[in-house]
Amino acid sequence: MKKIARITSIILIAAMLLAGCAQAAPATQEATKPLKIAIVSPSTINDLAFTQSIYDAMVVLQKEMGADKLEFVYSENMFVVDDAAAAIRDYATKGYDIVIAHGSQYGSSVQEIAPDFPDTVFAWGTTVDTFGLPNVFAYEAASDQGGYVNGVMAAMLTKSKVIGVVGPIETGDAKLYVDGFVAGVKSVDPSIDVRVTYIGSFSDVALASEAATTHISAGADVLTGSAQMVVGAIGKAQEAGAYWFGTQADQATFSPKTVVASQVYHWEVILKQIIAKRAAGVLGGESFRASLENGGQVIHFNDEAGIPAEVKAKAEETIKGIIDGSIVIQLP
Amino acid sequence: MIRELFSATVIIGIISSGIRLATPYLYASIGEMFGQRSGVLNLGVEGQMLLGAFMAFYVALKTGNLWLGVLAAMGVGALMGLAMAFVTVNLQATQGISGIGFYLFGLGMSNLLFQKLIGTVETVQGFPRISLPLLGKIPVIGDIFFNQNMLVYLAFLLVPAAWFVLHKTTLGLKIRAVGENPEAADSLGVSVSRVRYFTVILGGVLSGVAGASLSIALLNVFQQNMTAGQGFIAVALVYFGGWRPWGILGGALLFSLVNALQLWIQVLGVPIPSELAVMMPYVLTILVLTVSVSKVRGPSALTKVFEREG
Repeated sequence: MKKIARITSIILIAAMLLAGCAQAAPATQEATKPLKIAIVSPSTINDLAFTQSIYDAMVVLQKEMGADKLEFVYSENMFVVDDAAAAIRDYATKGYDIVIAHGSQYGSSVQEIAPDFPDTVFAWGTTVDTFGLPNVFAYEAASDQGGYVNGVMAAMLTKSKVIGVVGPIETGDAKLYVDGFVAGVKSVDPSIDVRVTYIGSFSDVALASEAATTHISAGADVLTGSAQMVVGAIGKAQEAGAYWFGTQADQATFSPKTVVASQVYHWEVILKQIIAKRAAGVLGGESFRASLENGGQVIHFNDEAGIPAEVKAKAEETIKGIIDGSIVIQLP
Repeated sequence: MIRELFSATVIIGIISSGIRLATPYLYASIGEMFGQRSGVLNLGVEGQMLLGAFMAFYVALKTGNLWLGVLAAMGVGALMGLAMAFVTVNLQATQGISGIGFYLFGLGMSNLLFQKLIGTVETVQGFPRISLPLLGKIPVIGDIFFNQNMLVYLAFLLVPAAWFVLHKTTLGLKIRAVGENPEAADSLGVSVSRVRYFTVILGGVLSGVAGASLSIALLNVFQQNMTAGQGFIAVALVYFGGWRPWGILGGALLFSLVNALQLWIQVLGVPIPSELAVMMPYVLTILVLTVSVSKVRGPSALTKVFEREG
């Protein structure tokens, strides 16, 4: 029996080592006391969605500030919250100046760890809650805004007057985007039928793809969706010749003829504010919101998909309206 | 809204979705069934599927040859099966825990390979739909059943083939004997370990194809953790199907059809919270299991280590 237990535990340990193969990759060399930022995030940096958005922001920021001024590392694939908590604590212990917990599921970990490291800045997203702690910043995206703009374009492009939405789980950022999208469609033509499905998963590519097929069979000719499992759905839209609207990252690279426009997060705008606050001696206690106004989110149009000029013009007008406050998005 | 659910478009839509969703379950569950009928429970199916999905996608992307992709998926599945057989048959490790270990290995390894070898989400030209001559022309039925891709047809042909092997051949008799009473089989000169090696490797091969059916036939993308628990559902379907190929077919179809139905319920705007709709296939599966399973007895030697006396 002892032998069995030993072999079993060896296999388990080996497997866990591989499963946790999320490497902390140093992105720059050591220089004269650069700012050190660490990111902990649930999926991979190339997921074409949530995690990629923060990684891309760090790359932009590093290019702007210079590799000798800013150093960053990341731990991806931290979908197990306990692993993420260990990584967050580890980075804080190693003396990173800013530790970014990029996942709303990491809240309780941040709440527990932050008080032990009063000189470290913790940034947690997407949320508005700083737990009243002096060294925690919160950040979120006004994804209803980009959703609204996408919705306006979708309403102008649909011929069948049926639009399909493939959502993951009815909560947080995804729900905000979907609600904004529906409001945008209705603002153009209230008679358009926007049909929303949530598949109950962030990773089930097969079910997301089947949800898209179902929308298309039910008459939808324009689709959208949120989170990393939508890659299956974009493929089905492409096959059927339907249009797709993206969010979180620019999905046009994946299917150039299908993806009309994507709402893209530019977290670097928020990160710059956090860095500036830190330089001024404020280590937390505030929450930030990436929006169209502050450039924290931007609509990327994909000209290859052939957007008619009047649709693009209307979208740009809508963006202006949201920024100057003349358009107020009514969420359910 | 409710009346719309019974229209021809919706019914055709549900059945053809259900057939597609059932395809990976059929491969993985039939494979798992062979292992369990010989007494080995393999909980690593999910990991085998993920590695199979990745290998098929990678090889198809690099060579443009889909069958080579399927072959690669079978190969990596066979290797995983071989390792599982070695650990459970020779080293006599606990089956349940070892399987979980192999699941974690497959999950981590497929992520690692994906990041090192491909790096970003890409698409591949997968198996095309083939409309079968004559059969494909039948109205309605032709659209549903005979206008699918090659791996879907093969999945459904696998069911009678598995039934034939299990119940009409000497090999099938040996497998069942080893799973029911390994001591008796051994005393009659059947090599218990050889039979178990065979079934567990076969299970790995079929799980590999299950992964390939996702990545290069139904979805044509690879994304980390894309099987999203389907490998575990496949293990549950073996129990659900009473360790019989036709029962597994019934279970896989029931689960997949209800999943397709709940998507249509949401699309048509039937006023049910999405959380409840998503639960439907799982709740139904549990209900059927509690009602039916008490009547079916599993292989007596399932999860039991066999050690020769003397």
